[in-house]
Parts: sequence; C-alpha cells; structure tokens
Amino acid sequence: MNRNSNAYTFVFAIIIVTIIAGLLAFAATSLKPLQDANVKAEKMQNILGTIGVTGISREEAQGAFDQYIKEQLALTQEGTVDKNTDAFKIGLKNEIKKSVKNQRYPLYVAEKDGETFYIVPLYGSGLWDAIWGYIALASDKNTIVGANFDHKGETPGLGAEITTDWFQAQFKGKKILDESNNFVSVTAVKGGAKSGDTHGVDAISGGTITSNGVSNMIEERLSHYLPYFKNN
Amino acid sequence: MAEVKEALFSKQNKALLSDPLNDNNPISVQVLGICSALAITVQLKPAVVMSLAVLFVVIASNVVVSLIRNLIPGRIRIIVQLLIVASLVILVDQVLKAYAYDVSKELSVFVGLIITNCIVMGRLEAFALANGPWKSFLDGVGNGAGYALILVIVAVFRELLGSGKLFGIEILGHKAKTLAESTGLYSLGYENNGFMLLSPMALVTVGIIIWVQRSKNRKLIEQH
Repeated sequence: MNRNSNAYTFVFAIIIVTIIAGLLAFAATSLKPLQDANVKAEKMQNILGTIGVTGISREEAQGAFDQYIKEQLALTQEGTVDKNTDAFKIGLKNEIKKSVKNQRYPLYVAEKDGETFYIVPLYGSGLWDAIWGYIALASDKNTIVGANFDHKGETPGLGAEITTDWFQAQFKGKKILDESNNFVSVTAVKGGAKSGDTHGVDAISGGTITSNGVSNMIEERLSHYLPYFKNN
Repeated sequence: MAEVKEALFSKQNKALLSDPLNDNNPISVQVLGICSALAITVQLKPAVVMSLAVLFVVIASNVVVSLIRNLIPGRIRIIVQLLIVASLVILVDQVLKAYAYDVSKELSVFVGLIITNCIVMGRLEAFALANGPWKSFLDGVGNGAGYALILVIVAVFRELLGSGKLFGIEILGHKAKTLAESTGLYSLGYENNGFMLLSPMALVTVGIIIWVQRSKNRKLIEQH
C-alpha cells in the first residue's frame, strides 16, 4: 500500500483520532467522580478554615462540615431565604453574571464552641483573572473572625500573596460596620493601614490591583447580605 | 534483513540510558525544556511530580510512536506525534486531578505545558521514528531521567536556600518572629535568600550546573 497517498493519510488520521478520542473520553468520565469529590472537599475545607477549623484532610472534610455547618441558606436580594435552592451548589462564577435581583446569595451558618458564625462566599476579579474566597463573621454580624482567598492567575510573589497567611490573618477582628451601624466594609490600604483602623488592612506591595480587587469583592458581596443581617 | 539479535542491555542500549544523564543531558547540554525547569523548581515536591509526569510522557509517547512508526504517513507525522503527546498529557493531568489534587493545583498549567516540552517532541523526531520499541523505551527512560536529575538538583538548591526546607520539612531549623525563639541556623541570625524563590535564580542554578559539568567533561565545550 502506498503510505504517502492521500487516501491512506486520511484513513490513518481518522482511525488514530477515533482511538485516542475514545481513550480520553473513557478516562475523563471514569475519573470525574473522584475529581468532583476533591473539588467539593476543598470547598468545605476552605469554608471551615475561616472559622478556625483547619488541619482536616479532604477525607474528613464532609464529616467536619456536617458537624460545624448548621444551615446553608440561599438568600435573595431582599434578605429572605429561598428554600428551593441548594446553597452549596450555587456556583458564584456564573451566579454573579445574573442580575442582582435574580441572584441567590449563599450563606453558611456555622456553630463552633457554642458560638454562631456567618460565612459568606466571595467572588470577584483581580488583575489577571478571577479571585475568590470566604469570609466569616462573628455572631454580631460585624466582626470578621477569618477570611481566606484564592486566585486563578495572579502574579506569583505579588498579587498571588493574597493566599498567604499574613495577608489573610490581618482580617481577623476587623469590622464591616462603623459605630452607627453603617456598612463600610474592609479595605486593603495601599501603603499600609493606620494602626487601630478597624476597617483597613495592609495592601500588598506591588499587588495594588489585586488588593483593590479583594476590597471591591468583599464590599460588593457583603453588601447583598445586609438586609438579611438586619432582619435576623 | 539478517539482523543479529541484540542483547537486551547491550553496550549500545546502556548508552541510551546513561548518555542523557551526562554527556547528552536534555537540559544542561541540549538546553531543552528550560521553561518548566525555571517554573516549578521552587520546591522539591512539585519538581519530583513534574519529573515523573514528564518521564511517563516521554516513555509512553516514545514507545507508542515507535510501535506505529511504520504506519504513520510521513506528511502528517508531526501532527500524529503531537496528538499522541497531547493525549498522554491530558491523561496525566486527569489522573493527577483525581488522585493528587494538591500537587495538580500546584503544577496547574505546567502539566499541560508538557505538550510543548521540546524534549518530548525532540525524542520522537530524533529517535522513536527510527528505532524499535525497546530502544525507544530506554531512550525515553534515559531522557526523562536526565530531565528529572537537573530538575531535582535545581529544586534542592532553591528550596533549601530559599525557604530552608526540603519536601516542606524544615531542615535548617525553625524561623520564628524573634531571634530567641528561632532554632537551628536561624538562631544564629541566618536569613533565607528570598531571591532563590524567583525564576532568575533557577536560570543561574542551571547555568552553574552547566559550568560545573563542562569543566569536568571538557569534550562538551564547543570549539570555535
């Protein structure tokens, strides 16, 4: 057979592509459940991390999640609870594209050592791509007890520093409301927050746009929860 | 076609394994695959996983291409090679996501970039297309190991000098906030060299390896 003829080339290409596509499709479908479980467990770890439940493995995540998280609420813009939506399944990446009115806002109510915590998922944009995270409020719905952030493609050493402990630890003890209970959120301040500033944390040197992204994300997301916080 | 049957580990076959580790190292002599050597050598663990992934891809693609080398139409051979390499890489990526999720997050885009690692395509073009499966297998092992060797050396230096750890374990002592609370070298006032964590230092480290290798093995020095 002439291996340089057009017919041979076409037939060969078709056969090899079919074989490889079949193999890949098989691998992808058979590994999917394991991969999804990893993603789900990581989400639980992140949520629990904000209230200080750390050091649990992915295998333990489900158990710990059931133990600490008492309620998973899908809130509306007005602050009422939408009972028909599973809060855990809300993907903020797509949810955030909907109009403010049609969005559902997931809220996790946790209980640890007799205290209640409110955990709000965050999603926004950094310099290059998406950033996201979770922020936990104490039972006064004002004081931050923990926050964690992650990102898709921020610059290592600069914007990507939002994932480090020193940056996230700063949020502990900050307040989102001022003395007269008006919402002011928490901002990453370029050049460093003044000592005693309860609404500011140090921004990252060289990561200003990512830092601003974090500030905007926290303010935008938390603002939608205020009606619920006021009523409950 | 009266080919004399060759021993499995003849002198020639052994050279296929050992040459890429020294005289014909893909990174330090052929200067291929530098991109990933810079990017994922900040810590030892991702470097080792990356090495294993590349090792697997080089070996598997070498063997597969070698097996069908007489069937591949010459005009689309590069595309066919790319197809095989790409699907093997996707397979590695999927398996990592399922069984080594943390490592896969750490390596992120670099697993996908194995496709563009010149070592893989280079070995297919230069070797697997013209040799049998067993030789191609050995060639894959040799070149994958040669790549791994340099990656691990660079990662050891970078993690040890940059963060004082190896595989995430504190080797040089614990660095606390104050000098008094620190242990090991840090109690003497030692500081980590943050510069080692940045990519340029990987290039410098590779450069030093090339220098040391050539000063020991003078035949590698190009004559002008």
